[in-house]
Amino acid sequence: MHIPDGYLSPQTYVPFYAAVIPYLAIAASKVRKTIRSRDVPLLAMGAAFSFVIMMFNVPIPGGTSGHAVGGVIVAILLGPWAASIAVSIALIIQALMFGDGGITAIGANIFNMAVVIPFVGYYTYKFIAGASEITSSRRWVAGAIAGYLAINVAAVLAGIEFGIQPLIAKAADGHPLYAPYSLAVAVPAMAMGHLALFGFVEALVTALVIRYLQKAESQLLSIYGGENV
Amino acid sequence: MCKKHFEVPRMFKNISTITKMWIGLAVLALFSPIGIILPDKFKAGGAWGEWGTDEIEKMLGYVPQGMKRVAEMWRAPLTDYDIKGWDQMGLGMQSLGYIFSAVVGMAIIVAVILLLGKIAAKDK
Repeated sequence: MHIPDGYLSPQTYVPFYAAVIPYLAIAASKVRKTIRSRDVPLLAMGAAFSFVIMMFNVPIPGGTSGHAVGGVIVAILLGPWAASIAVSIALIIQALMFGDGGITAIGANIFNMAVVIPFVGYYTYKFIAGASEITSSRRWVAGAIAGYLAINVAAVLAGIEFGIQPLIAKAADGHPLYAPYSLAVAVPAMAMGHLALFGFVEALVTALVIRYLQKAESQLLSIYGGENV
Repeated sequence: MCKKHFEVPRMFKNISTITKMWIGLAVLALFSPIGIILPDKFKAGGAWGEWGTDEIEKMLGYVPQGMKRVAEMWRAPLTDYDIKGWDQMGLGMQSLGYIFSAVVGMAIIVAVILLLGKIAAKDK
């Protein structure tokens, strides 16, 4: 889901930058108010976790590969705003240091993976988990569903961003200038891999961490929002 | 509410959950090459929509003009989580480069956030 340089037209990536920069400023000020300074290492851990989990490419045999983002579990633990900051920093380092995702596409990639995934994931989790006990199995089930749903929504949005490029920018000879595949190709292609496999990886990652924390130290599951403290 | 903990060796009992989670991250970095070995074994390519211009040329017969202009504009120091050259020396060496990349990436990220946290806390 890391859109590289050259796939998005300036008409696409500039607005994403323009939207994401003030968004992150708002997120940063919210996080400053809600996260205690002793929780900052947890934020660092969340970002590092997201970074490394994205390195675990899972193959569709003979097809493409994909991976979890880890944004849902970070959002559940630290809240969607903090998760936005954590995943954004991971994405920026990935682009700069490892060429994973383009420099021009950082805005769009942050939108897909660091805004959509944490928010869809967090609110889905909250909706399903409800007021259940912090150690209830409903919590990890909620996390799994949230993980699956969030990464799929993000994948479809990335598919749309790819798919609108041929409509936006064509060369004189009619060839597309940037990402070449139409919506009818890009959206199903992005959705299928995530519906079939990568969504389950995000679900598994989210559920496993919740299960572990329920057993090991369940109060870590109520840092954000403070439910059932 | 308090479910019974499964038995863990005594020496691990005194380590805090947070410390265990950091250890878990180190273990993930160590096992990260799974993320290149599995796609290799199952003959899967990269992610959809993340092709290099060489692959695009093979798929389309041409490279879109706009894409050609910007695609390779940034040369990342550890492109594709590989140490340059090591990725040509087989999956084993590539894996070492991949682990190195995981460690470097996580170290930078942790440093950046701790630093930002310090700055944000100071002017409170």
